[in-house]
Amino acid sequence: MTTPPLIPSRRRGTWGKSTAGVVLTAVMLFPVYWMINVSFTRDQDMRKSPPGLFPLHGTLTGYRTVLDEQLPYLGTSLVVALGTVVLTVALSAPAGYALAQLRPRGGGVLGFVLLAAQMIPGIIMAMGFYAVYLSLGLLQSVPGLIVADSTLAVPFAVLIFTAFMSGIPGELLQAATMDGAGTWRTFRSIVLPMSRNAVVTVSLFAFLWSWSDFVFAGTLVNGGAHQPITLGIYHYIGNNNQEWNAIMATAVVASLPAAVILVLAQRYIAAGVSAGAVKD
Amino acid sequence: MRDPQMNHTKQRPDGRSASAGGGAATAAPPPAPARARRRPASRQWAAWAFLAPVTLYLVVFYAYPLYRNVDLSLRHYTVRSFVQGNAPFTGLKNYETVFDDPTFGPALMHTVVFTTVCLFFQYAIGLALAVFFHQNFRLSATLRALFLVPWLLPLIVSASTWSWMLNSDSGIVNSVLHTVGIGPVNWLTSPDWSLTSVIIANIWIGVPFNLVVLYSGLQSIPGSLYEAAALDGAGAWRRFWSVTFPLLRPVSAITLLLGLVYTLKVFDIIWIMTKGGPAGSSTTFATWSYQLGFGNLLPAFGPGAAVGNLLVVAALAFGLVYLRVQRKQALS
Repeated sequence: MTTPPLIPSRRRGTWGKSTAGVVLTAVMLFPVYWMINVSFTRDQDMRKSPPGLFPLHGTLTGYRTVLDEQLPYLGTSLVVALGTVVLTVALSAPAGYALAQLRPRGGGVLGFVLLAAQMIPGIIMAMGFYAVYLSLGLLQSVPGLIVADSTLAVPFAVLIFTAFMSGIPGELLQAATMDGAGTWRTFRSIVLPMSRNAVVTVSLFAFLWSWSDFVFAGTLVNGGAHQPITLGIYHYIGNNNQEWNAIMATAVVASLPAAVILVLAQRYIAAGVSAGAVKD
Repeated sequence: MRDPQMNHTKQRPDGRSASAGGGAATAAPPPAPARARRRPASRQWAAWAFLAPVTLYLVVFYAYPLYRNVDLSLRHYTVRSFVQGNAPFTGLKNYETVFDDPTFGPALMHTVVFTTVCLFFQYAIGLALAVFFHQNFRLSATLRALFLVPWLLPLIVSASTWSWMLNSDSGIVNSVLHTVGIGPVNWLTSPDWSLTSVIIANIWIGVPFNLVVLYSGLQSIPGSLYEAAALDGAGAWRRFWSVTFPLLRPVSAITLLLGLVYTLKVFDIIWIMTKGGPAGSSTTFATWSYQLGFGNLLPAFGPGAAVGNLLVVAALAFGLVYLRVQRKQALS
């Protein structure tokens, strides 16, 4: 009895495995396909039985509705998401530098608190924010929503920055100190430029989470003048709207940032998921 | 165990700035580093100056809202006293109300079922896919990237897509079931099925996370172990149970514990798909808390906050277990 050699047997099965992989991926992504399919379906075909598997008589009505009704929501989402990115990076990059390189007394406790903070359920934070914002008059305000959304990303961001910046060799920073650069100068001119990848990872996640946020938006700015796209979709569904092509077209548009990021910056995402292992 | 994963983000600094720094190092006078090390006080100050914004932020935007929530749960709030802020202190009354509420038992039950079933399937499917993709066939990297899509989509997008797919009359799921002779299932409108529906949708969303983390765990298992097992005549199934599964235990523990914390607090999916209904049949602690505080015309802020705090305690308890396990693994 001989054991078959490992390598050839692996290579033999490779096409079969690729096919199986494609099938599995297709099954997994079917809901995404379905969303796109429905977004192109005509109203009169929407309740057809069985439903059409392909948008044969495709229509752009849904997308026209998005252009007519949802642009302000998309604009708000963009502003809120970008604001969240700026706030998150501004807060967590210096913190990451301090925790990774300066290692102050009590830094460990702070790191621990940040990790624990990620465990707090979003709706609890939302209720707390609601109570606070009500007394401060910050309900229905875009800056208020930006601050609330940043709580989704700041603990994760500090974690990523700390991990990344501890990889910067200490001698390099000492050299800068010897050249007379203060801590701030060292941070600005050496640490930050070297941490570009961490900045990108953190920005991507902060953007995605803020763009996708529904809990804070629904609690803090619902019904206000500036509402994000997640509420746009939610109101569509809530109004017992039967124009599912418009709903799904909005959903497709709302998914575009995720798609763009996946295509252009996938390695940052995969790295962020494993490194932070923070969000489910 | 987590270090190999961290390496993805921990990129080496690029050569240019490193050499510039090196040049500066040789030009500088040698005693300087010793002097720098002898000044820990100023360094401490500098460090805390860098940490000040985030510390203040934690106090104002985490600690204070949490404190407000505890305060809410210990007072009798009405809409008027919520605005004026003079609600009478009632101790644990709100918690008693919550425990005596007929929703408490079912909500606890649904939370437990939702969490365990989701965790089990997300982990099992994620692990199976991770092992499958670990074989490194043509296209495997691309397909693995595509698997991230459900995880990256806004939850409202996933939830509304699943709502339409599970629609009783026009949904694709019932249409497919019809062709194999199974009658229409009222996925979202029947109390018997609503919890199952939200569980299915949530499993779909959670699989990519498990896949990515478990896949990076698989990469740290040395290939020589598999070769040795194969030489000993172990088949693929045997190799999985005697090599992969035991060696993946640390990563599995981390994945499951994190999954637990994050599944406990799932709110969006359930709220968007069923609002916890019909008749409370998919109500978990998360949706119940929100329902009490915001879902009714007459908000019950106190009991809502009480339910929320129970959830915080549960999430933090499991979170601490997670941190302990993680620390222990980092040390070993």
